[in-house]
Amino acid sequence: MDMNEIKEIFFQECEEQLAELESGLLKLNDGDRDPETVNAVFRAVHSIKGGAGAFGLDDLVAFAHVFETTLDCVRSNKLEPGPEVLKVMLKSADVLADLTNAARDGGSVDQARSKQLIRELEALANGEIPVAAETPVAKPAAQPAAAAAPAPVNEEGFQPVGFSFDDFETAVDEGEVLMVIPTYEVIFKPKSELFAKGNDATLLLRDLSKLGEMSIYCNTDELPPLEELNPERAYLSWKIQVKTDKGEEGIRTVFEFAEWDCDLDVTDVTNAGAPADEDMPMQPIPFDLALLDDNDDHDRPIGVVEEEEHIASDQQAAVAAAATAAKVVEMAGQAARQPAEQRAAPAAAAAANNAANAQSAAGTPTIRVDLDRVDRLINLVGELVINQAMLSQSVVENDTNGTSSINMGLEELQQLTREIQDSVMAIRAQPVKPVFQRMSRIVREVADMVGKSIRLVTEGENTEVDKTVIDKLAEPLTHMIRNAVDHGIETPEKRVANGKNPEGTVKLTAKHRSGRIVIELADDGAGINRERVRQKAIDNDLIAADANLSDEEIDNLIFMPGFSTADKISDISGRGVGMDVVKRSIQALGGRISISSRPGNGSTFTMSLPLTLAVLDGMVVTVAGQTLVVPLTAIVETLQPEPSAIHSFGSNQRLISIRNSFCPLVDVGRILNFRYQQANPVDGVALLVESEGGGQRALMVDAIQGQRQVVIKSLEANYTHVPGIAAATILGDGRVALILDVDAIVAASRGQPLRSDSSLAAAG
Amino acid sequence: MSNIAKNLVQGSRELIAFRIGDQEFCVNIMSVREIRGWTPATPMPHAPYYVLGVINLRGAVLPIVDLSMRLGMKAAEPTVRHVIIVAQVNTKVVGLLVDAVSDILTITDENIQPTPDVASEFERNFARGILAIEKRLICYIELDAIFPQSESEAA
Repeated sequence: MDMNEIKEIFFQECEEQLAELESGLLKLNDGDRDPETVNAVFRAVHSIKGGAGAFGLDDLVAFAHVFETTLDCVRSNKLEPGPEVLKVMLKSADVLADLTNAARDGGSVDQARSKQLIRELEALANGEIPVAAETPVAKPAAQPAAAAAPAPVNEEGFQPVGFSFDDFETAVDEGEVLMVIPTYEVIFKPKSELFAKGNDATLLLRDLSKLGEMSIYCNTDELPPLEELNPERAYLSWKIQVKTDKGEEGIRTVFEFAEWDCDLDVTDVTNAGAPADEDMPMQPIPFDLALLDDNDDHDRPIGVVEEEEHIASDQQAAVAAAATAAKVVEMAGQAARQPAEQRAAPAAAAAANNAANAQSAAGTPTIRVDLDRVDRLINLVGELVINQAMLSQSVVENDTNGTSSINMGLEELQQLTREIQDSVMAIRAQPVKPVFQRMSRIVREVADMVGKSIRLVTEGENTEVDKTVIDKLAEPLTHMIRNAVDHGIETPEKRVANGKNPEGTVKLTAKHRSGRIVIELADDGAGINRERVRQKAIDNDLIAADANLSDEEIDNLIFMPGFSTADKISDISGRGVGMDVVKRSIQALGGRISISSRPGNGSTFTMSLPLTLAVLDGMVVTVAGQTLVVPLTAIVETLQPEPSAIHSFGSNQRLISIRNSFCPLVDVGRILNFRYQQANPVDGVALLVESEGGGQRALMVDAIQGQRQVVIKSLEANYTHVPGIAAATILGDGRVALILDVDAIVAASRGQPLRSDSSLAAAG
Repeated sequence: MSNIAKNLVQGSRELIAFRIGDQEFCVNIMSVREIRGWTPATPMPHAPYYVLGVINLRGAVLPIVDLSMRLGMKAAEPTVRHVIIVAQVNTKVVGLLVDAVSDILTITDENIQPTPDVASEFERNFARGILAIEKRLICYIELDAIFPQSESEAA
């Protein structure tokens, strides 16, 4: 594994950590005060910092360090995570994400922004709660904290506690009474390889001392007489008692890079009373790490010395102040928490739901698999299903009465293959959570930019959908969220004037419904201003001035190309490409989008998407002897044309009347050159389809064979793009059937020749 | 033309010989993936005249080229006795409909004679040399031009 691969893994982990960080912060924002949440947030930043350090990503390390310090204050209850504090932290999380991306993909970040945030974070760490702090109590209370804050939670400047082995037990007991911080016994026995690889036990012990108060005993039993001593061998081992709230994991992290080269034994002895050291007979020698540090001062990096000394001296003075300050801050914090809790109450159900989800998500171990491998597996399973279908068919054909054992076996095979297919498809399914989390950042940033106060509520984040769908969902969703924040939600003043909560709410919901995923985006803004939309559509020549449109039709006008209602074009949205782009990208995913709006109460966009792009629901039809598949999403209805409903129009066009409106008839077989004469519509079936441009067309096919789910196969892989054909699929009989590109067919029927708008022309 | 024959990699090579009508052709065995029997193909709209359609090759969609037509001869009338040579051409895999596979030849470059200078698309695009094996004439062809570079010609 080369360095780049390791780095790639680091960045993948960073992504996970960032997601963890953001979700943790959002939970805190919702009033969650679970210490585990704070710890999770802290751990996320800490891991990023650690990894970044290993790769020499200095910007990232520097920022993460400041962030971490501030989080540490929260963790030690020196800083109450109020809304203002969290606002800074959420912004910091965004910057951290930017820095990570910049480190991975190159490019630069907004230096001014990150510097500003570093200042803000430092201010927070120093106890300066921002001006908008909720309670007046918090302000004075913060002052003593300011003095105390530089002292880290952990006793970094390690105080050697020399106690004899005999009163060990009492010491532990005292520790328990004073603090509930667990005590761990660490037995650390370096092997010679540890030193051969350039690791230094002293550094490890010093790192360990940062975790909390500890006492170290050195076991010199194995030390041979001087004349037998091999300078390249390791003889010493250490027994360390460390009180830390970082848990066993924290301790093991210290030894992370040394664990293969030492014997490490970590046991929780908080409740164990006397350490079980009988099995390691040794004469414990109190070991003063500080002395060791003094001795090798000369080869320590200067920065480290300064930092540590600074902390150590500060700490002496601050320890006493810290204890009192912490209490004061906590009291102030409790006062400040009240409103937060009240606000959290209505969202309690959602929070409980989230917690349950989080629990179920946390417990299962996962592996990382290359997507290509999964795709290969999916392909193979698709083949298996087809083969199984072919086998069944040939057995039925060749063996009319059928041996029951063969038939039973085939049935079982069929069930098994279906099950395998479902399970394999499930591998690609991912929760929509990452996309939703990205949206919360967009809401924050856009709301900041337009000076609105907006809360994003997400529901059903663990709803799973195919990874390709998730990847392609982000863009339209971003667009819509921006629209909702920029146009949907009113300014706080307007909201107050209308008797609404000045803080707007955007709600993002995902759920499964009848084999599709439904994503709803609802805002509690002003709703669609139908008068203005209508006027705009008339101004832009999208509708006739005297058009008689229902409310729903007016609402749907916003999906028309070239429609934007914002009076002035803003940075955020309204570049003239708007909802039509969203609609098109949703349709490209085989989805549908609709809007419902109530004036004064906001709008709701509903998107319905297929769960996967690997399969498609299609209607299997026959055209000129060929079997074709028409995507079901495009079909509005099917009908059997009456001779009286067909009207000739012009030289060779025909219209079909459907409920008193006329719709052009398109002969699919003719357009695809499968036949040279137009078929008689009365002999076939008309599929009413809606195309990209919004127009309806009746596609003429000879017969409908049925409706089924088909696996999408690329034509481009071995051939080339074919105009009018979206892709291919393989039917149960093993033959290839083509999937119709409805939009291209409709466009062709409008007189745009199929060939010129295809990629063939582009390639030639 | 002799340049092309000379430019061929030195040493011995294996070729697959097949029959179309009364002529024999051969291609480098390294470009052949498999040989399978004829199965009806699904016709493609707007396909070039020599593309018979596509078939399912273990889940991949494989275009079938009537090699006889592609080489400028009359259209094949596929029967169950016809075979499809599945060949790798550049990055794509195509199926070539031929009458029958006749031989596997091991030859050295000396066996390859330059193509006679006759003005035809076939000679220009496909023929890379001729072999005389046991009084038979076998034309060594290159498949790179099976789909024209300019895709518009295909449409």
